[in-house]
Amino acid sequence: MSIISLIIKREFIAKVRNKSFVVMTFLSPLLFVAIAVFIGYLSSMKADTKSIVIHDSTGLFVSDFLKENKNSSEFKFYNLSEFDLKALKDSIATERFSGLIVIPKTTNVNDLEGKVEFISNNSPSISFIENTQDVIASKITKLNLEEAKLDTLAIQKAQSKVNIHLVKASGEESLKGLNEIKIGIGGAFGYLIMMFIIIYGNMVMRSVIEEKTNRIIEIIISSVKPFQLMIGKIVGTSLAGILQFMIWAIIGLGLMFAASAFFGVNVGPTARISPELMQSAQHELSGSAQMYIAELWNLPIASILIGFVIYFIGGYFLYSSFYAAIGAAVDNQTDSQQFLLPIIMPLILSVYIGFFTVVNNPHGSVAVIFSMIPLTSPIVMLMRIPFGVPWWQIAISVSLLFATFFLVVWFAAKIYRVGILMYGKKPTWKELYKWLKY
Amino acid sequence: MSNLLEVHKVVKQYGDYVALNEVSLNVPKGSIYGLLGPNGAGKTSLIRIINQITLPDSGEIILDGERLQPKHVQTIGYLPEERGLYSSMKVGEQCLYLAQMKGLSKTEAKKQLDYWFDRLGIQGWWNKKIQELSKGMAQKIQFVVCVLHKPKLLILDEPFSGFDPVNANIIKDEILALKEQGSTIIFSTHRMESVEELCENIALIHKSNKLIEGKVADVKRQFRTNSFEVGILTSNVEGLMYDITQKFTVSPANFKSLNDDLKLNIQIGNATPNELLNVLTQRGQVTHFVEKIPSINDIFIQTVTENKV
Repeated sequence: MSIISLIIKREFIAKVRNKSFVVMTFLSPLLFVAIAVFIGYLSSMKADTKSIVIHDSTGLFVSDFLKENKNSSEFKFYNLSEFDLKALKDSIATERFSGLIVIPKTTNVNDLEGKVEFISNNSPSISFIENTQDVIASKITKLNLEEAKLDTLAIQKAQSKVNIHLVKASGEESLKGLNEIKIGIGGAFGYLIMMFIIIYGNMVMRSVIEEKTNRIIEIIISSVKPFQLMIGKIVGTSLAGILQFMIWAIIGLGLMFAASAFFGVNVGPTARISPELMQSAQHELSGSAQMYIAELWNLPIASILIGFVIYFIGGYFLYSSFYAAIGAAVDNQTDSQQFLLPIIMPLILSVYIGFFTVVNNPHGSVAVIFSMIPLTSPIVMLMRIPFGVPWWQIAISVSLLFATFFLVVWFAAKIYRVGILMYGKKPTWKELYKWLKY
Repeated sequence: MSNLLEVHKVVKQYGDYVALNEVSLNVPKGSIYGLLGPNGAGKTSLIRIINQITLPDSGEIILDGERLQPKHVQTIGYLPEERGLYSSMKVGEQCLYLAQMKGLSKTEAKKQLDYWFDRLGIQGWWNKKIQELSKGMAQKIQFVVCVLHKPKLLILDEPFSGFDPVNANIIKDEILALKEQGSTIIFSTHRMESVEELCENIALIHKSNKLIEGKVADVKRQFRTNSFEVGILTSNVEGLMYDITQKFTVSPANFKSLNDDLKLNIQIGNATPNELLNVLTQRGQVTHFVEKIPSINDIFIQTVTENKV
């Protein structure tokens, strides 16, 4: 045990002291933030306000469009219904205005379907078209309602919303919309595991190859067992990775706040949500928001967090042991490329299973099976946990995961030992079997 | 004298290739044991088996009266022929790490390191990285690493390669000093003059088989040809030649001498040296008379060429 901790310590220190590690630790968040700021800056850079001319022969819709001017700074609507249509079309061609909405004269507004035109040099954005269609359609609806002598206010009042209460047999109440939150939490953790494996798995592999390139392998192997070496390398490198990840998270968050304060740019989630949307969302949610928050506290938060830690460690260790086995089998890193794909595949598979199968049916047989298989369980099970998983399933899944980890490390150690002495000669199965017995 | 290491009929095969064919060795305690053999003879395979890097297909190894076990790695020091250290690690840390792997406590390792760094005059290297050192300097570090834990058995594979004569001498003296302190040393090399200088026992492995083993003097006795190098001043060369060719086999010899003498190699067969001397003294003045003792180099070349199958 003391030898393993010795190896862990050395691996950790060697990784952390490495210049590229230090550089990447502090450069990556800067780079990340720089990109985020750049994107934020680009998206906050308001495209020049586009002037849209309205030629409304009915005179019914102009006022609604002009109301839009208050909300949107992207478009400015002008009422030029008095002008000659041909002259307006020419002005579009000469790019004096960006677009022209033409509403033809009609006696019945319902005949307007398919007759309203938008003339421009460049194709308009989808949101603009939808917005324009909305304005016209809601006006027509309103007109129709008025014509039918119906009270619009009364109708609005009459529209009702129903929320079904989901109650578990155990008595816990839950909200329908909560499933999305559960998926979100599970998915985020699952993605985190996948990212971490992809970023740091290679580090383990390089570390295993290190002794071979430095030609120190014989000295090491004449002192420790390859199994100890493998475990030490995997754990030591993982710790270095976790440290880097944590530093990134802290620096990243700090820089984000600093940058957004400094540039006055909205970086982060708020940038993407327009104020109107926020308002409407708030309005809609105000009733159930409190319930949501209450429900969030009802989630098995403890088991989610504990599950995350266990599956994060287990999953990372398992995949690292595969990387270690590859490292043990090859002499240099260029030889390793072909082996990497089979490792990534189950990772991607588990994310897909998580997002398609688990979401549809968290306790279906496919979800259950894949949350047991060690290669996919870290991600799939993690996505299931928020939905409540019987403890015995977790127990089986976790013990399978760790058992597989030790098996693979043991196997990697065998490969490592044989690899030293084979000198490019392919081992026969008989030999391999004999080696495995040692 | 008891044996520290006994190798009994060790067989090692790689696929169809037999690297060691029932090789047995006895390494006496406190000796310097030369393990000789041409390239590819199986020396490294044997050394790796003793170091438990690989295991033999069959056969048995006894170290200090016990069957070789994993715990024994701490009593063995190994300097592999393929030299290498963690290139980006600092010298001091690296030595500490490797010493602790051999079971030393950190304080004990530090104490030993101070002793050895002081002894070899390399105190200033502690904070250097291996990649900043020359090849010879790194070799010195490696030597220190393999003796730090005071191993009972020290296995040195070509310890002098890469050293200049001054440093080679320093290392040679250290090896002798370790022997004085009771270490047993297995010494694998192609440099016969150092075998001649250091080893008391040798074994010669050729084509996976052990051909010769024993004390250096015994081996030499076994390979003696009963030849003598003779220098003689005589006025009657023909008469002398007639006399000796009657009894012995003669060939011209070549050695350095201050005299303008006749130089001969004389094979006396079953006769005694005195019989030869009697003949010689009757015919002239003997200026040089030495038994031709085969050098290890001669024995090596002779054995290897004879067994070229």
